[in-house]
Amino acid sequence: MSEFLGLYPYWVVIFLMMTGFYIVISRGNLIKKVIGLNIFQSSVFLLYISIGKVSGATAPITAEGFEVYGNPLPSVLILTAIVVGVATTSVALALVVRIREAYNTIEEDEIKDEIRTQGAGP
Amino acid sequence: MIEHNLPALQVVIPLVAAPLCVVIRNARAVYGMTFVVAWLTFACAVALFIRVADSGDIVYAMGGWVAPWGIEYRVDQLSGFVLVLVAGMGAVVATWAPRGLAAEVAPSKRHLFWALYLLCLSGLLGIAITGDLFNVFVFLEISALSSYGLIALGGRRKALPAAFRYLIMGTIGATFILIGIGLMYMMTGTLNMADMATRLPVDGHRTVLVAFAFLTVGISLKAALFPLHAWLPDAYAYAPSTVSALLAATATKVSVYILLRFFLSVFGADFAFGGMGVGQILMVLAVVGMFVASAAAIFQGNLKRMLAYSSVAQIGYMVLGISLASTAGLTGGIVHLFNHGLIKGGMFMATGCILLRAGSVERDELAGIGKTMPWTMMAWTLGGLGLIGVPGTAGFVSKWYLLQAALEQGHVWLAVLLLLSSLLAVAYVWRVVEQAYFKKPAGIGVGAREAPLSMLLPTLVVIGLTLFFGFWTDFPAGAAGAAAESLLGGALMGGTS
Repeated sequence: MSEFLGLYPYWVVIFLMMTGFYIVISRGNLIKKVIGLNIFQSSVFLLYISIGKVSGATAPITAEGFEVYGNPLPSVLILTAIVVGVATTSVALALVVRIREAYNTIEEDEIKDEIRTQGAGP
Repeated sequence: MIEHNLPALQVVIPLVAAPLCVVIRNARAVYGMTFVVAWLTFACAVALFIRVADSGDIVYAMGGWVAPWGIEYRVDQLSGFVLVLVAGMGAVVATWAPRGLAAEVAPSKRHLFWALYLLCLSGLLGIAITGDLFNVFVFLEISALSSYGLIALGGRRKALPAAFRYLIMGTIGATFILIGIGLMYMMTGTLNMADMATRLPVDGHRTVLVAFAFLTVGISLKAALFPLHAWLPDAYAYAPSTVSALLAATATKVSVYILLRFFLSVFGADFAFGGMGVGQILMVLAVVGMFVASAAAIFQGNLKRMLAYSSVAQIGYMVLGISLASTAGLTGGIVHLFNHGLIKGGMFMATGCILLRAGSVERDELAGIGKTMPWTMMAWTLGGLGLIGVPGTAGFVSKWYLLQAALEQGHVWLAVLLLLSSLLAVAYVWRVVEQAYFKKPAGIGVGAREAPLSMLLPTLVVIGLTLFFGFWTDFPAGAAGAAAESLLGGALMGGTS
């Protein structure tokens, strides 16, 4: 039981990861897909940040009386990944706007129907 | 000084030129700069390749921070080889592009197109050159994000859902890779590939196994290995021809390179192929992919879609070579990576010429196109022969190695399947050849003129190279063989700085 509780950040990570992944797969609405993708990516951010945690440690700033420091590298790495995630989201939303302009819908099924009935269009 | 900094310049030149494109805005000036930059990066790649062949691996510490603390760039036989392919195709496609682009992308967006093109190129080159795991992820996303934008620039509105789907699948793949890298960092405390290779616990700790699984799935998604290829056909079919040519020649190949890097340099062949049956799984997927995707290609009416499905099948050949985990198999896989990059790049270029002059790449509308565009169709057909693997073409060389590797391990059935899948390639190439040469010119095939020289010449050069490498096998096969030997011989240890 204590092992289960000790690993709780990872349970949160797995829960979020599966939630996000499921939304991406199951939802036909493109915006919801983007949101799912965001949750999925956020879970990985949490995974990295919890890797850097050292129990009983302080922030990695050298000072008198502190011997154990947390690992700052995963947090730094994940800053980069967050930027990548923001960029991905913005590109995805820009595409959704263009898709709505071209098809007048953001439902995957309706887009497919329209492609089937009216060909590729202009 | 310049020579010492070549590994950094390889990536930095296109990376710096990309934002300049956005600032300059003038389409002509931007293209001029892109042209120069693309050929400069190719010169860098060739110089690096020659240096590696002469004096061994090059290790470059970014900003003077020595590994494992700093980010390290590392050029060995394999990455030098991939750099030459990526930079070379990047330069040739950029040379080929302007006429076709004028018809496909609005003038107001052209400078942005070239900015994305250079970003994509620097991302792909960065993946091939870096020796740092997290850096791989960053470059992967640079190239992927720019390629989503490039695909969405395709003229028809179908390009948009295709780009969106690629974005979703590509991001999932990249995030899987990120998870894998995170778990590996957790176990080893390092991100440097060479350092990680020495520290990885080979006793099969579960976290390492999970990391390996995430990486394998993520990279397979990026490489469009069957059955994770669903994003590829639409993306390549509806992208602007320039983008199809660049991505088909380089993007999936670089993903196969990452697969090789992780499997053989970081985890090591013993871990990757021993005990878990990963080799067998990949082999089955590769073979099924070869057949399913080739069969699907036969029934595609759109030439670009057909070539895209054929790409999925050809990825199967490369992964098959890797899954055999022998020197001959790896040589076959790596040499096919190179040859297929040339062949498919050249064929997409020829198809782009047809699209420009005939206004369509629907097979049924192209009756008699071989008579009105003889040079273009000749290039296309020669490329098709390379896909089939007819002796005298580069495709034959790679399939020969794969056949040898299969027979060497006593897999006669595999050799038979290889030959059978080539027959499927005969079918889809033949359907186009029949339409182009054995039908009376009709419809749009009548009005089409031969492609402009500025497009025809690069196409013929690339296709000519595939024939040249079919006879002169010293460079691709020789270099691939050396790369395969060093990969299997526990690479990433020594090296000169």
